[in-house]
Amino acid sequence: MGSIDSGSQPAANGKLEIKIWRGRAKDGAFSAYQVPEQAHQTVLDVVTYVQRRIDATLAYRFACRVGMCGSCAMTVNGVPRWTCRTDVKTVARKGRLVIEPLRNLPVVKDLVTDMAPFFDKWQAAEGRLQATSDREAEVATIDPASPERKAADAGVECINCAVCYSACDVVTWNPDYLGPAALNRAWTLQNDERDGGKAERLRAVTSDGGCQNCHSHQSCTEHCPVGLSPTASIAGLKRMATRAAFGRGPR
Amino acid sequence: MIRAPRKTALWYAAMIHRISGVALALFLPLHFLVLGLAIEGEAALDGFLIWAELPIVKIAEFGLVFLLAVHLFGGLRVMALEFLPWSPRQKTYAAAAVGASFMAGVGFLLSAAS
Repeated sequence: MGSIDSGSQPAANGKLEIKIWRGRAKDGAFSAYQVPEQAHQTVLDVVTYVQRRIDATLAYRFACRVGMCGSCAMTVNGVPRWTCRTDVKTVARKGRLVIEPLRNLPVVKDLVTDMAPFFDKWQAAEGRLQATSDREAEVATIDPASPERKAADAGVECINCAVCYSACDVVTWNPDYLGPAALNRAWTLQNDERDGGKAERLRAVTSDGGCQNCHSHQSCTEHCPVGLSPTASIAGLKRMATRAAFGRGPR
Repeated sequence: MIRAPRKTALWYAAMIHRISGVALALFLPLHFLVLGLAIEGEAALDGFLIWAELPIVKIAEFGLVFLLAVHLFGGLRVMALEFLPWSPRQKTYAAAAVGASFMAGVGFLLSAAS
């Protein structure tokens, strides 16, 4: 067993009281479990313990366990988090954890959400590189100190975990809103000098569900586990759109 | 339905901006109603102005000045966020907007008391 199997170590200080959402969004309910408390225990460890030792029918999603793949995000005590890098001690209240699926996404079962709407919006925001050269061409030389590259670098480390999408009020209010992650991705591409799809992408991110919907609550920035600021990226897209409306190029 | 994770400073800033905007929209017709009194005659307006000198009304007016100022400064922050190069110090600006609005309200009260 790997390090995520928290049951492989002896219990330290009693039991954690865990409530986990079971079933679908509408007809589901919370189930209560007791999990031995351990040192350096992540929320993902707790969920894994429940699945392996108490109830094998619990559905949840994870892959890398080191904060790179973005697949284990859940709502923990009301806050969206990457569970593999969240130490239980930092979030448990008197040894209690309430674990739910992410907000703003359809629940497939238990802690598993259907991520399709999230990734569909990446596509709707033209969140893919439109290459201007082929593999035969020289490798593009990008000045890392250029303002465009710095702007792209600031948002490029997104792990697609959908924590921002789950935290966003506007996504709840307007299901067509593209959301922080897709718009952040679009902003990094708008600043990528190798990309040839900037005009189309600007049209996509200024359509009905586009960047102008953002209310700048900055919940995305507040909760992003890797410390990005989608709000800054969205503000950049808004500026770019305003400049375009006056017939001026991006800055 | 899982509730949104709020209680962040900038969420409160956005709510203050929205609620102050609605409150000012409700206040505006009353303001015009009072201005309309001037057309009806001096006595009607003077009657209102004497009532407006009551301390409790002055305190309510402090609230009004605060609402106006917080909506103005909060609006300037949002416009700066959207049109100027990005600054990560949005919480500081929101706090400054509330602080400046409070000072404007206190300034009004001091001038009313003197």
